[in-house]
Amino acid sequence: MRDVAVLGVGQTKFGELWDRSFREIGIEAGLQALVDAKLSSEDLGGLFLGNMASGALIEQEHIAPLILDYAGLAGRHLPAVRIEGGGASGGLALHQGFLAVASGLYDYVVVGGAEKLTDVADATAAQILSSTADHEWEVVFGATLPALWGLVARRHMHLHGTTREQLARVPVQAHEMGAKNPNAHFRNRITVEQVLHAAPVAEPLGLFDCAPLSDGAAAVVLGPLETARKHTDTPVRIRASEVACDAMALQHRRETTIGEATVAAAQAAFRRARRDPKDVRLAEISDGTSIGALIALEDLGFAERGRAGPEFADGAFALGGRVTVNPSGGLKAQGCPFGAVGVAQVVELVRQLRGEAKERQAPATELALAHDLGGTGATAVVHLLERAG
Amino acid sequence: MSIARFWRETPRRYNLGGSKCLTCGTVAFPPRVVCPTCTHHRQSIGKMAPFQLSGEGEVESFTIVHDPAEGFEMQVPYVLALVRTPEGPRLTGQIVDVEPESVAIGLKVHATFRKLREEGKAGVIHYGYKFAPTGEDEPPPPRAPAVAARAEGAVRDRAEA
Repeated sequence: MRDVAVLGVGQTKFGELWDRSFREIGIEAGLQALVDAKLSSEDLGGLFLGNMASGALIEQEHIAPLILDYAGLAGRHLPAVRIEGGGASGGLALHQGFLAVASGLYDYVVVGGAEKLTDVADATAAQILSSTADHEWEVVFGATLPALWGLVARRHMHLHGTTREQLARVPVQAHEMGAKNPNAHFRNRITVEQVLHAAPVAEPLGLFDCAPLSDGAAAVVLGPLETARKHTDTPVRIRASEVACDAMALQHRRETTIGEATVAAAQAAFRRARRDPKDVRLAEISDGTSIGALIALEDLGFAERGRAGPEFADGAFALGGRVTVNPSGGLKAQGCPFGAVGVAQVVELVRQLRGEAKERQAPATELALAHDLGGTGATAVVHLLERAG
Repeated sequence: MSIARFWRETPRRYNLGGSKCLTCGTVAFPPRVVCPTCTHHRQSIGKMAPFQLSGEGEVESFTIVHDPAEGFEMQVPYVLALVRTPEGPRLTGQIVDVEPESVAIGLKVHATFRKLREEGKAGVIHYGYKFAPTGEDEPPPPRAPAVAARAEGAVRDRAEA
């Protein structure tokens, strides 16, 4: 395997993009990334596109060649592949792109992630998203994604004494960062009081505990590290790209409050990079719900089991804290276009490692972690990124 | 959802039919063709016997759902729980015949056959298991005054069954 680097990044605004189509946002992100990587399309080997549910959401399957076509590349007859893994689709696409370049079969690839959630009614979108849980044994019995996370939250509170106020700090911090991100869906600050008094969704979780339904796309260009300098002064090396899976339904997992897929993917990534959670000062993690963020921090080794709530409330994961977590605003504030999330996390981390994140710039660091999650944790993807000198 | 798709799960959804691994004794629900816990799991192929759950259980966690799953709009707010059975498997299902405020982790429940949801006026009606308190527990004091809508919801649930 050869070393792989991120050479260019691109991302659309996230939010309710009523005036823009799926194909428009898809190519905008991809072309931005190509320009950023100073890559001529003649050198491009293929496209890997993360997307969760285009068929249900916009009645269009077979979207990888569609995006390639509208990017003006149909005549080149490049391979284009769509990858689906629920909310982890983007991270999975990145893993496939990484494998393609690392293997030597491809030199340069675009990895994109795109989702258009607002072309259907909110309730319809929520129902489609719930299909990333087990339809036959969870959804049919009344479960939604927030409801399953509500079960996790109640259990975590019961076992570890995590409080409702500690959970509320997660979206408050997310909005604080979103306010500094011009691409974010939400750029308003919120208070703990607002979170506590928001409409209940699945108690103990309320509206502000849950990420929004967003449209958006993100893309990166990957290539071999050895020729990366031709394209960028600040290549970012992918030190590890790991995927792990677990039982589909929450009820079938060994633990309710431990994401074993995340634990497995993170341990594999740290082993491969010969690093440790203590070496990481910057991360983008899956915060589709407030409780999901706290569990991820524990699974990734950034907090002791059961301690993420109080530590989050103490500011350990704020900008400039022990680990700067979700400087983009995360799924909660930057937005949650499912298939785009895992790619957007890496776009943000590359900008952070390059020192280009302006107002939301985290303290200088060499290493960063991205964590993407599908469903309630049946798929987890962990990437470790490192600034290459 | 097509009629066949729901109908084929009837033995499981109506009668709690699971499976038991004859190699290690692990019970699974819904039934599995391969044991998820056997160390040498390939040895369990062909050795998974039908096994019916007793329907008894205990609430391991619960949530009060206000933003419902499709087909559950008329039941909000409803309690959804993870129920641990004495046979081992956990099931996801509603807790009924009780005020949401009175549900607590550790509550003893048993499965009860109920209407789950219907697909519009002309569509299929889905039936299956929900859970009701066994009455063994001393009911905990309500956490908050029960609101009228919730009481109506509980009554309606009984009426529909």
